[in-house]
Amino acid sequence: MALKWFKKKKDEQEAAASTEPKPDNVPEALNAEDHPGDEALEQNNGTASENKENEPAPPPDPTEPDPDPEVPAKSGGFFKRLKSGLSKTRKLLSTDINDLFAGNRKIDDELLEDLEELLITSDIGVQTTQDLIETISKKSSKISGPDELKAVLKEKILELLSLEPPTPREITDTPRVIMVIGVNGVGKTTTIGKLAARAASSGKKVILVAADTFRAAAIEQLDIWSQRAGVDIIKHKENSDPAAVSYDGIEAAVARDADMVLVDTAGRIHTKVNLMEELKKIKRTISKKLPGAPHEVLLILDATTGQNALSQAKLFNDAIEVTGIALTKLDGTAKGGIVVSICSTLEIPLKYIGVGEKIEDLQEFDPIQFVEALF
Amino acid sequence: MFNNLSDRLNAVFKKLKGHGKLTEKNIEEGLKEVRMALLEADVHYKVVKKFISDIKERALGQEVMASLTPGQQVVKIVNDELTELMGGRLEDLNLSGPVPVSIMLVGLQGSGKTTTAGKLAVFLRKKGKKPYLVPADVYRPAAIDQLSKLGQQLSVPVFPSSLEMDPVQICQEARTTAHRTGCDTLLIDTAGRLHIDEALMDELSRIKDAVKPADILLVADAMTGQDAVNIAQSFNKTLDIGGVVLSKMDGDARGGAALSIKSITDKPIKFVGVGEKLSDLEPFHPDRMASRILGMGDVLTIIEKAQSVVDEKKAAELEKKLRKNEFTLEDFRDQMVQIRKMGSMSELINMIPGMGQMKQLKNLEVDEKEFVKIEAIINSMTPLERRQYTLIKGSRRKRIAKGSGTSVQDINKLLKNYTQVIKMIKKVNKGGMRGLGMGMPSF
Ligand SMILES: Nc1nc2c(ncn2[C@@H]2O[C@H](COP(=O)(O)OP(=O)(O)OP(=O)(O)O)[C@@H](O)[C@H]2O)c(=O)[nH]1
Ligand SMILES: Nc1nc2c(ncn2[C@@H]2O[C@H](COP(=O)(O)OP(=O)(O)OP(=O)(O)O)[C@@H](O)[C@H]2O)c(=O)[nH]1
Ligand SMILES: [Mg+2]
Ligand SMILES: [Mg+2]
Repeated sequence: MALKWFKKKKDEQEAAASTEPKPDNVPEALNAEDHPGDEALEQNNGTASENKENEPAPPPDPTEPDPDPEVPAKSGGFFKRLKSGLSKTRKLLSTDINDLFAGNRKIDDELLEDLEELLITSDIGVQTTQDLIETISKKSSKISGPDELKAVLKEKILELLSLEPPTPREITDTPRVIMVIGVNGVGKTTTIGKLAARAASSGKKVILVAADTFRAAAIEQLDIWSQRAGVDIIKHKENSDPAAVSYDGIEAAVARDADMVLVDTAGRIHTKVNLMEELKKIKRTISKKLPGAPHEVLLILDATTGQNALSQAKLFNDAIEVTGIALTKLDGTAKGGIVVSICSTLEIPLKYIGVGEKIEDLQEFDPIQFVEALF
Repeated sequence: MFNNLSDRLNAVFKKLKGHGKLTEKNIEEGLKEVRMALLEADVHYKVVKKFISDIKERALGQEVMASLTPGQQVVKIVNDELTELMGGRLEDLNLSGPVPVSIMLVGLQGSGKTTTAGKLAVFLRKKGKKPYLVPADVYRPAAIDQLSKLGQQLSVPVFPSSLEMDPVQICQEARTTAHRTGCDTLLIDTAGRLHIDEALMDELSRIKDAVKPADILLVADAMTGQDAVNIAQSFNKTLDIGGVVLSKMDGDARGGAALSIKSITDKPIKFVGVGEKLSDLEPFHPDRMASRILGMGDVLTIIEKAQSVVDEKKAAELEKKLRKNEFTLEDFRDQMVQIRKMGSMSELINMIPGMGQMKQLKNLEVDEKEFVKIEAIINSMTPLERRQYTLIKGSRRKRIAKGSGTSVQDINKLLKNYTQVIKMIKKVNKGGMRGLGMGMPSF
């Protein structure tokens, strides 16, 4: 499997070699006058925090869909938080894009290089950036201003996210079992707390399963989240078998007639085969106890992560078939652009966005809104 | 397979063979590959730009232009410059000042601060110090608990923080207690925070003012992308950090963040975290990091990978066989299966510095289908044949080909690869490539 991927990469690289705009496009010296590297970085920071404080709530966007009906009433707060989190990004990027056209610039190599910087620094990846730039340069005669450039970019990125309108899924199986996985420290436990609170506030009976029996105080951490969300938790002792507590969790959920089970697993680096085997075992155990479960395997990715997120998604998917992704920590300055490649190459939908550490800081992912917010 | 920079560069320069002298344009083409490699490794766009322009002059110099192996020359220059940039000398923790000294750990949420505090306690104790763990994270659920448990595991004292206390107050009281109880080094575990969170960044400044730490370590995740520069710059600006710990280096991230952070802050990377265990802390090696960023391999990673797959008993058995040069086709097959579990062969080969270059190893690059073929071929051999490959002559080859649904050429190819492996093993046994012997038996 891994081989296939590498082969693909090779093809991509070969393609890349032939699509690079011009052989002499090697970046020139970063001399102090025209590209003050450090200052520019500082500027970015400045803009970010400025926006955070001074920017009024953006006007309602007509293209923006209504907030999800499933979102509990008190969620006005977190919706707003997302908006302010993302609008900060929007401001940052749209300023840049508008700058690209300052003084009626034409779409030339220099402008494309600026665009390249914009895309690369969003972690979207070298390959995707090159693809996007190629699209732009092909259509360059038709693009005459920032709005059109934005429109082309948006369209293309939406295409990459390749998402049909999310069909509201029928939840027929109960309990609905969601296994939450990911590398260390990405936000698995926190996301579970947030998901539990959402479901509980819409009247569902939720059970958390503390299947991270490894990390110090992981069980205590999930316990606190269960109290915050007002839901039950099934836990064993530290260092016990994570599959065993998962088994008990499902059993309890069935016995108590729960609607949803959220299984918190230990963080693990995706290249560690034995730990991936452990994950498979947890999944097998769950399926054995409740045929059809887990109904969802939710991979948590950290927006701060760069290109490695693709490897994470790839290997977790190979091991236990990921059904959805949650992208956390979008309240920072990282853009999480790598999800575009992940969604397009692996065809795994991005389902949720984490925008803070509080219980309400979770939002259902909306591709249109996401792309709108990017540019 | 252009997974690795040397290969990519060689491909670029190979096209030029026979065209006489290299031109400036050729070199620029090569540098473009370097640039791609760095961007793919998550080095920040602007940092890459500056780096490329800095090395351009050297790359245009005589040593490359006149070289018969310009690809290798460029790799060497890039590797050298990168190593240099990431810090020539090894920098240790700063522990100077009146006892008790304080070390502050700061960083984004989930970067590994608490775990690193535990790891540093181990490190300091080995140095004969008396560490004191100070939980100053009163926000994240069970954060205090987490550090207390680590302290318990290590039998290192932990300050009894409580949620009602202010983090600054915690640190001040902890100093007093440390002094009283004879601890000489405080390890202050602060809450994870965003670099743009002004209130919480200010809290760090207040802790710094209160305890005057001897060292402030920014704990950053090796998987961090382009944002690493913003993060590092903000923390450094607020706190004037003393150094960096790069955590989670045990994965397959290329770790370009290391270069971004180093060039934006000019602060040394002092340690790397290589696992979740409290012993998984290592000093930073700029040279290893450089080749890792360039995609030219990290021997440690490969050994780790191999070790996590091969269980110890089997490994010991295998090692014995290897030492006695008794590596049979059966072992070869078993190893294939193991390697398949680890990822692709070529991936592994590329992780070994210099290996990507070895032509005979290139032949070992097999794809998934090839794996199945090899297994089928070996399964069609008699047990005796598997143990004594020299028996497999013409008619036996035909039989095996038939039995496995392959061709005689396939058998020949497999045997050739196998004999190469055997040769390698013999070399290793003669002490050729120490260290690789154990976890990496199949090469
Ligand atoms: N700013 C921000 N922080 C977050 C978000 N989600 C989680 N965090 C923080 O990230 C840190 C790690 O979160 P956890 O939920 O413990 O992560 P985990 O994946 O369960 O970690 P392990 O179990 O140790 O692998 C905590 O400090 C969380 O508060 C988010 O969306 N935004
Ligand atoms: N594989 C690996 N995991 C690590 C390493 N360092 C820390 N971790 C794991 O990363 C996760 C987060 O580590 P913590 O030490 O809790 O991180 P933190 O920065 O204190 O997190 P917050 O306090 O929530 O901001 C845990 O699951 C750790 O076990 C490392 O070097 N390698
Ligand atoms: Mg967790
Ligand atoms: Mg912590």
